[in-house]
Amino acid sequence: MYRYDEFDHKIVTERVEQFRGQVARRLSGELSEDEFKPLRLMNGLYLQLHAYMLRVAVPYGTLSSKQLRQLAHIARKYDKGYAHFTTRQNVQYNWPRLADVPDILKDLADVEMHALQTSGNCIRNITTDPYAGVSADELEDPRPWAEILRQWSSLHPEFSFLPRKFKIAINGAKEDRAAILFHDIGIGMARGDNDEVGFRVYVGGGQGRTPMIAECIREFLPKADLLAYMEAILRVYNRFGRRDNLYKSRIKILVHQIGAEDMAKQVEVEFAAIQKQSDSLKVPQKEVDRILAYFAPKNYESLGEFAPETEEARLADEAFARWLDVNTADHKVPGYRIVNISTKPIGGIPGDMSADDMDAVADLADKFSFSELRVTHKQNLTFTDVRRKDLHALWKALDERGLASANISLITDQIACPGLDYCNLANTRSIPIAQEISQRFEDADLQRRIGRLHINISGCINACGHHHVGHIGILGVDKKGVEYYQVGLGGSSDNNGSIGKIVGPAFARNEIVDAIGTIVDTYLDQRVDGEEFLDTYRRIGLQPFKETLYDTAQH
Amino acid sequence: MAQHHNQTAQTLAVTANRLLDGEVVYFTAGGSWSEHFGDAAVVHNKDDGEALLQKAMPSVEALEIIGPYLFEVRELGDGAAPVSVRENIRMKGPTVRLDLGKQAERPRV
Repeated sequence: MYRYDEFDHKIVTERVEQFRGQVARRLSGELSEDEFKPLRLMNGLYLQLHAYMLRVAVPYGTLSSKQLRQLAHIARKYDKGYAHFTTRQNVQYNWPRLADVPDILKDLADVEMHALQTSGNCIRNITTDPYAGVSADELEDPRPWAEILRQWSSLHPEFSFLPRKFKIAINGAKEDRAAILFHDIGIGMARGDNDEVGFRVYVGGGQGRTPMIAECIREFLPKADLLAYMEAILRVYNRFGRRDNLYKSRIKILVHQIGAEDMAKQVEVEFAAIQKQSDSLKVPQKEVDRILAYFAPKNYESLGEFAPETEEARLADEAFARWLDVNTADHKVPGYRIVNISTKPIGGIPGDMSADDMDAVADLADKFSFSELRVTHKQNLTFTDVRRKDLHALWKALDERGLASANISLITDQIACPGLDYCNLANTRSIPIAQEISQRFEDADLQRRIGRLHINISGCINACGHHHVGHIGILGVDKKGVEYYQVGLGGSSDNNGSIGKIVGPAFARNEIVDAIGTIVDTYLDQRVDGEEFLDTYRRIGLQPFKETLYDTAQH
Repeated sequence: MAQHHNQTAQTLAVTANRLLDGEVVYFTAGGSWSEHFGDAAVVHNKDDGEALLQKAMPSVEALEIIGPYLFEVRELGDGAAPVSVRENIRMKGPTVRLDLGKQAERPRV
């Protein structure tokens, strides 16, 4: 993985000391809260319901075991012994004291981490496919380009005060595992003429109160032009994006208003102007090569695809067999598997992990996966390089700690935002709904029978829980101080991205879990062989679900 | 902010977050700040609410608290309780982690 160079070290170290000074000035009264707030937000520090919240960047979701141990140390020393993995592949602490935050940032800097640009109207953490670099269906590894984008966007003076926050995702595989159609800019690696690999660029996707699917504005972009083209998009947005209305200031609104074709033209004009002005944004091959070296394939062993010890264990142990089928994925190198570690045991809090478990996972990454792991936008963790013959030993170690829930992409693998249990913006709670749904569908055989089904839950219209792209999406709404839950069906963030459609009137707190049960029963009743939930929904539409839901829910 | 203060509410108290650690605090009748809702001053009309909020404001300059605001409470037989889910959660802690927040320290709230 990428290691800081001298510039990265200098930037991060200097920022820690700057923030230490800013906190001291705030605590002495030299800075008012109005003056301090933008400074703390630039360092990822929010004020939530019960306490401050610090959001730490995990660039493109990649962590070393050393970094994970440091995150555990921070959780223990400065927080309440746990951390929360987010849908932006980041990490949040829910209870830091203001005076401790400079020391936390110093501890992060010691392991080449920071909280820069995890808030504010700037370019946020670049996200990518958690299987990047190892998946069998990958055109090319997107991580070197995610790193180049990280360097370009870090403290970029022109783009530090955009109309609104700005999110970029990049995906290198055939399957979109980075939700690129739902980002301000989505980048997919693509093959052009002469088999040259470059990028397809989408713009204007997003969720929030106005969900939109990104439009393709460039079918093929040569790799060397990536930064110039990004700069062109950001300049067009910076110039024409609305600043008068918070809710209309994302780039998706601009794209919607002027149309994708006009957006593409504007960007091309700016792109040409940038190129004419200088070559300074052309990515030099020497620099690309330097960064590529950090992402070179691991020192893989020559192994056969078949591991007899794993096959024996599969036959002998049903729980292991289930985990193997559900939580592991194909690796491009024979004899290796990608392993997903679910943070969602039955009744658990999606994305939360104790410091002790983080330490244990770090130890397992050292032992089984080249001391690296990924944070996924579905709030799970991934070991990308596990020898097939080690899978049973890894599963046993995970199982001992309760970390071997075999539910990846099943109904209990829900995305849930922190909701009103923590968040100052939330209208309703999200986590208890996820917990109750998880308990309702605890039966492992039932989960397998239901098949792939993504339930995403947001506690407010800001959609941090990605409810618009849940196969079943749940949005919490406040009705005169009382929690209600609106249900959408048919959302998806994969290659065939779609936005869920609201099924009908919202359900009360004590109705919502039964409503999900009714939706699942309707699906099981209606599906034909081989269909997953989304297939059935797309075939039969909303009506059958409406009929069963509102017949039984007395609306 | 979600679950805004109900503009028609008559029974009110003042809350804020403490500057140093973000802890939820309540303005007391004695003019200080308490971590416990049970210590909050409760008033019974909007004018008294605004007056209570104005009395709390100097604490911002004094670097004690951030963002004081009024919220609706309801009288109970033996005291009062916040009306909204949001303020109930602020008063106690996360409903999904009963070992955290004020509820972990003071079982009576």
